Amino acid sequence: MNFDFSDDQKQMRDAARKFLSEKCPPKAVRAVLDGKAAYDKELWKGLAEMGFLGVAIPEAFGGAGAGHLELCVIAEEMGRAIAPVPFSSTVYLAAEALLIAGSDAQKQKWLPKIAAGEAIGTLALFEGAGNPSPKAIKLTAAGGTLNGVKKPVPDGAIADFAVVAARTGSTGRDSDISLFLVDLKAGGVEVKELTNVDPTRGQAELTFKNCKAEPLGAAGEGWGVITQVLDRAAVLLAFEQVGGSDRALEMGRDYALDRIAFGRPIGSFQAIKHMLADMYVSATLARSNCYYGAWALSTNAGELPEAAAAARISATQAFQHCSKNNIQVHGGMGFTWEFDCHMYYRRANATAVTLGSLSYWEDALIDRMRKKNAA
Amino acid sequence: MNFDDTPQEAEFRATARKWIGANAPKEFEEELSKSSLGRIRLAKHDMVEVGKAWQKKKADGGWACLHWPKEYGGRGATPIERVIWQQEEGVYGKLTQPFQIGEGMCGPTVMAWGSEESKRRYLPKLASGEEIWCQLFSEPAAGSDVAGLRTRAEKKGDNWVVNGQKIWTSGAHYSDYGLLIARTDPNVPKHKGLTMFFLDMKSPGVEVRPIKQANGMQEFNEVYFTDVVIPDSQRLGNVGDGWNVSLTTLMNERMSIGSRLATGVPEMFEFCSNLMLEDGLAIDDRAVRSKLATWAVKSNGLKYTSYRAISALSKGERPGPENSIGKLVSGMMLQDIAAFAMDLQGGAGGLTGDAEEEARGQFQQMLLSSPSMRIAGGTDEVLRNIIAERVLGLPGDIRVDKDVPFNKIPTKGR
Repeated sequence: MNFDFSDDQKQMRDAARKFLSEKCPPKAVRAVLDGKAAYDKELWKGLAEMGFLGVAIPEAFGGAGAGHLELCVIAEEMGRAIAPVPFSSTVYLAAEALLIAGSDAQKQKWLPKIAAGEAIGTLALFEGAGNPSPKAIKLTAAGGTLNGVKKPVPDGAIADFAVVAARTGSTGRDSDISLFLVDLKAGGVEVKELTNVDPTRGQAELTFKNCKAEPLGAAGEGWGVITQVLDRAAVLLAFEQVGGSDRALEMGRDYALDRIAFGRPIGSFQAIKHMLADMYVSATLARSNCYYGAWALSTNAGELPEAAAAARISATQAFQHCSKNNIQVHGGMGFTWEFDCHMYYRRANATAVTLGSLSYWEDALIDRMRKKNAA
Repeated sequence: MNFDDTPQEAEFRATARKWIGANAPKEFEEELSKSSLGRIRLAKHDMVEVGKAWQKKKADGGWACLHWPKEYGGRGATPIERVIWQQEEGVYGKLTQPFQIGEGMCGPTVMAWGSEESKRRYLPKLASGEEIWCQLFSEPAAGSDVAGLRTRAEKKGDNWVVNGQKIWTSGAHYSDYGLLIARTDPNVPKHKGLTMFFLDMKSPGVEVRPIKQANGMQEFNEVYFTDVVIPDSQRLGNVGDGWNVSLTTLMNERMSIGSRLATGVPEMFEFCSNLMLEDGLAIDDRAVRSKLATWAVKSNGLKYTSYRAISALSKGERPGPENSIGKLVSGMMLQDIAAFAMDLQGGAGGLTGDAEEEARGQFQQMLLSSPSMRIAGGTDEVLRNIIAERVLGLPGDIRVDKDVPFNKIPTKGR
């Protein structure tokens, strides 16, 4: 059994950590948090130069052609640094959708630009409150034009293109949904930035008015592609969540060692120790579930749907738990803008709903486990 | 990443599988498979007798305590081979329960601290199950604070004379030998006045009394010592060094990788898949699904955490500290699951069920037994302290009795 990353992959993780600790210190995250920029352009460029944006993109399309295990280790580091760049929308959603359903020409047009840091992509799926569901998609596509409103769209205000889920039928079946590729700079789309709990990863409302769009994948097969994209993104985002969990735990631990109250480090009180031990437990369970998700993703195993849901649930719970209790360990200082705790708390809770809520994934996991047990 | 054996591992697995196929007591396979929540019951046979027969057969075939050196009854196997053996032994591994304390704790302590003569005399028979060992550490006034123990051992010539009481001793009633820690000097601070021994459980003055537990069963014992004589040759480590020696034992307690702890999750999933509530199957209920999913990912998390440890062993590396979470997670989960399964049964949830209601009754039994999972072998609180101190590097507790002579430590509050 070799249920671990390879030495090369671990080296890549170390390289990513080193790069991000230099180029993405908390100060850089704060610049975006404070609204000084929509995202960190310098960092984005640097990530492209390091080859991180195209790590899982085949060489034929301008990427490094490494694979998803490599992308997992980078995702973990992105989450650890809470990097304020459109990484998850571009790399986990848009690039994966193109890889699954794109024509050669579509891949040729966008993937090299993604790898080079020259194009930001996203997936326009949600239309207001609610979880991913074919029924919730009202935006229509007819005669190659889209009409309707998508919100929230992750990084929608800075994206160059979007994969858009549209209704092309009304039978009530999944085959009513088709995907389209839209160049957001070509007109026909109104963009409105939305405020959200984590400003370091923006959200937008996109209004499509007779907007020109080209089909992505076969008509009527959109929902199947979305399901696959969401599963892949669930694993990758789960690695970000695990990275964030670990960092929040470390911050809490370091503060508990440093802060003196009642004449002793607060980390010597069992109330604090046990809180930190429980955070370690959550983070460890999440990491192990993520490893299984990484294995399933990288081998395109039949277990991926179940593994992805488990990784997503475990990592969502861990990051929420660790970021929340990190603030608690810090006490009053943890509730100041000045301390970094809230940046992790914001990221944890924004990420928790970005691919659909926890209960949505819990539901998915049980469905998938039942399907397996029945088989 | 892959879940495959290396060629050597595959070869070892094939050899083990073949031997088990030819030698395992298949007549007990079904009964053993059914006893899924830790309580092993054989309807018509004595568990210890059946276990001893299997253990002896394994020893004769070279499969007992296989990670031990050959000269002490083992096979000289690598840690990963031990894990593979456990996987292949499967349900028959449940028969080894009476030997686990000996194999996991007493044996390693004798191996680390015993004389060569003792090792050759006692370890092979421990490995083969011919002699069963128990561990005599806890006392009524020394549970989590085991260094506060009061059983006295006093030197008389070449012997030691022991008086006192131990408690929570699993298997004392069928054990041949016991690993005993006792106080040899009450005038020094508590950790410094302890010494480790082993003794014949049939020695005059040893009295074993079963404890009736909260779940109605009797698995643990109290053991009383009245002027019990132990030869000095059965001392392990120096006089006064017993605490240090005990750390070998306790370290081994927590090193059992690959031995999967019951979580109750598969049983609960099955139960909810079949249970009809007023408005449909339990598993279709939103609240039920949410809880099931949370438990399932915890249970998976433990499984894959052990896979990570196995992978480290396979590469010849030391596993990380991750495995320290196992009992903490599974103990709490077992108790929560049992309570929720009862809740789903509504007004009838308190009934303990009978033969035809096996699926129901098992959760009520689990509820009554589960508190012990969170206490035995280190309470949840002790385990959290261990994670906090040894994994996260937080300071140890401030111990007000640390430097106080043992006989000056207060014994009662208020």
